[in-house]
Amino acid sequence: MSALSLRDVKKSFGGNAILNGISLDAEQDEFIALVGPSGCGKSTLLRILAGLDHADSGEIVVGGKDMAPVAAADRNIAMVFQSYALYPHLTAGQNIAVPLAMKRLSRSQRLPLIGPLLPGQKDIRAGISRDVHEMAAVLKIDQLLDRKPGQMSGGQRQRVALARAMVRQPSIFLMDEPLSNLDANLRVHARGEIVELHRRAGVPTLYVTHDQAEALSMADRVAVMIGGNLLQLAAPEAIYNDPAHIEVARFVGQPRINILPAVADTGFVDFHGIRLALLEKVANGPVSLGIRPEFVKLAPDGRSGLAGRVERLEFLGSEVIVHCRLDASGDAVIARLAPHEARDLIAGMPVGVLLPSEQAMVFGPEGRRLRIENTAAPARQAPAYV
Amino acid sequence: MSNTAIPAGRIIRFALLSLGALMILAPYIFMISTAGKTQSDIFTAALSLVPQHFYFAENFAKAFAKVPMATLLWNGVVVCGLIFLFQVVVAIPCAYAMAKLKFPAARLMMVLVMLGLLVPIHATALPLYVAFDRMSLLNSYTALVAPFTISVFAIFMFLQFFRAMPDDLLHAARLDGMSELGIVARVIVPNAWPAVTAFAIFSVVAHWNDLYWPLIVVSKQAYATPPLGLMYFRAAEAGDDYGALMAATLIITLPLVAAFLLAQKRFVEGITMTGLKG
Repeated sequence: MSALSLRDVKKSFGGNAILNGISLDAEQDEFIALVGPSGCGKSTLLRILAGLDHADSGEIVVGGKDMAPVAAADRNIAMVFQSYALYPHLTAGQNIAVPLAMKRLSRSQRLPLIGPLLPGQKDIRAGISRDVHEMAAVLKIDQLLDRKPGQMSGGQRQRVALARAMVRQPSIFLMDEPLSNLDANLRVHARGEIVELHRRAGVPTLYVTHDQAEALSMADRVAVMIGGNLLQLAAPEAIYNDPAHIEVARFVGQPRINILPAVADTGFVDFHGIRLALLEKVANGPVSLGIRPEFVKLAPDGRSGLAGRVERLEFLGSEVIVHCRLDASGDAVIARLAPHEARDLIAGMPVGVLLPSEQAMVFGPEGRRLRIENTAAPARQAPAYV
Repeated sequence: MSNTAIPAGRIIRFALLSLGALMILAPYIFMISTAGKTQSDIFTAALSLVPQHFYFAENFAKAFAKVPMATLLWNGVVVCGLIFLFQVVVAIPCAYAMAKLKFPAARLMMVLVMLGLLVPIHATALPLYVAFDRMSLLNSYTALVAPFTISVFAIFMFLQFFRAMPDDLLHAARLDGMSELGIVARVIVPNAWPAVTAFAIFSVVAHWNDLYWPLIVVSKQAYATPPLGLMYFRAAEAGDDYGALMAATLIITLPLVAAFLLAQKRFVEGITMTGLKG
């Protein structure tokens, strides 16, 4: 039994379908990244899971229990918000203590003035304070506990928000783009920390992001959501090397995958001399050929490969992104080369574009991946170029 | 040239502002001056600000003697305090629900609030008076306070303020285990102080100075509010004693002036934050 499962969750707002039946299972200590372009429904899914929003249909099961009748307050789900959502009138320490106080103190014990006089609450408050300090020590924010959110930097607020979410040992941990308000350096550093915290907590974590680098680097499995559909849920390597859908291939990978229009004809896909044998039956007609930029090679003499022209070069230090255009079809092709490979290239020069057929992926007209011979597994061997 | 031009512009601006301030302050200054004059001094043809004989002590003594000033002030404090308390207790949860919760009657309530803003107390005074009379509640704090406990203006003002509060804050509170009432008490109210202070000015000033409604429902001195108390001056004295009247007026406006001066910074803060101007 998985720790968390979503079954065919659907949601629409005023006739617009936001979620078209999302199903997902997470294991006890799994870190799943929900990634997709903005507006794909990933935050809505998180809110539904947290109980802040209601699904139109579908089931949410946490630890074998249907969550439908359980209110957000009783789900024991913690969430870190993009804006951190710290209580502005409370200090960091008080912020972190809120979920514990709500859970451990009775209604009357929480009352102002009268509460602190009631019997039995002193030990509980001492326990809360101890847990808050412990959590603060883990996140290295001990020195911030007396400050209010307004007096803290973005990174510090983010840590306080993490502490508030983790301190009560939730059964599920949700994060809604918690790093998107941090500067680039801090973001990379915080990635590692969040993964570390997830290990400590040992509960399923759902992490929403629109940043594919975050998703690929942090998650055990990545769920790619586009247009309200969960297109693929797989390990980061599989998402990148073996995308199940053309949208997944397009979304993941920087620079974007080259998508070239090809034609399927009696079990073969043809693209200017590349011929791939299809393993599945497909109606004759247009299909798409995908090749990652790092597999594209360029021949400066133009004597091998498809005739094309260099349009633009982007020097990025450890690599060079070369934008080319094929003479025959007018398609744009991006190549990602090591600097020494791109040494002789200049914008405007004719070039031979080499597309390795072993690395090609074929997508059907509706975007589904089509299996072809010899490329069942992500190939890592030296590619042969046409 | 430019060195003198800027100060010249400044001087003109400052002079104009001072003139405006003086015009607004003039009645108040004249009131202070009159409070220090003898009866004969007041009715001389010459208009002088400085009293010929300083008669402050006598006028104030008379003011305290003629009307039960302590009772008037106490009534004012009780009535304004109760009105403000009930208004806030009713309006904050109501505005929170309308701003942040989704429920079918939300639109209807908005329309009702708008309608409520359009209806002045004068329109409903008569039916209210009859109702209080039937319930034998005339001459009571209830009659003075009850009609104002639900302030659509307060609901409207808090609504605007709460709409600007981030939804994520409320979501976080719900996930932390708070009920909706808990959210109002623990998240909304502590963060709504600017709006509450701004509303306090409008509410307290309006009801402290209100003469219309107390005049209708109160006929006994025991429940008279400060402005109503001033009415008894005229009724009590054959010849109007303006010196004592002005002294009494000075006394009853003093609490508001003092309160404003003490909390000036917060008031201005509150009003600018809620985008309302008095």
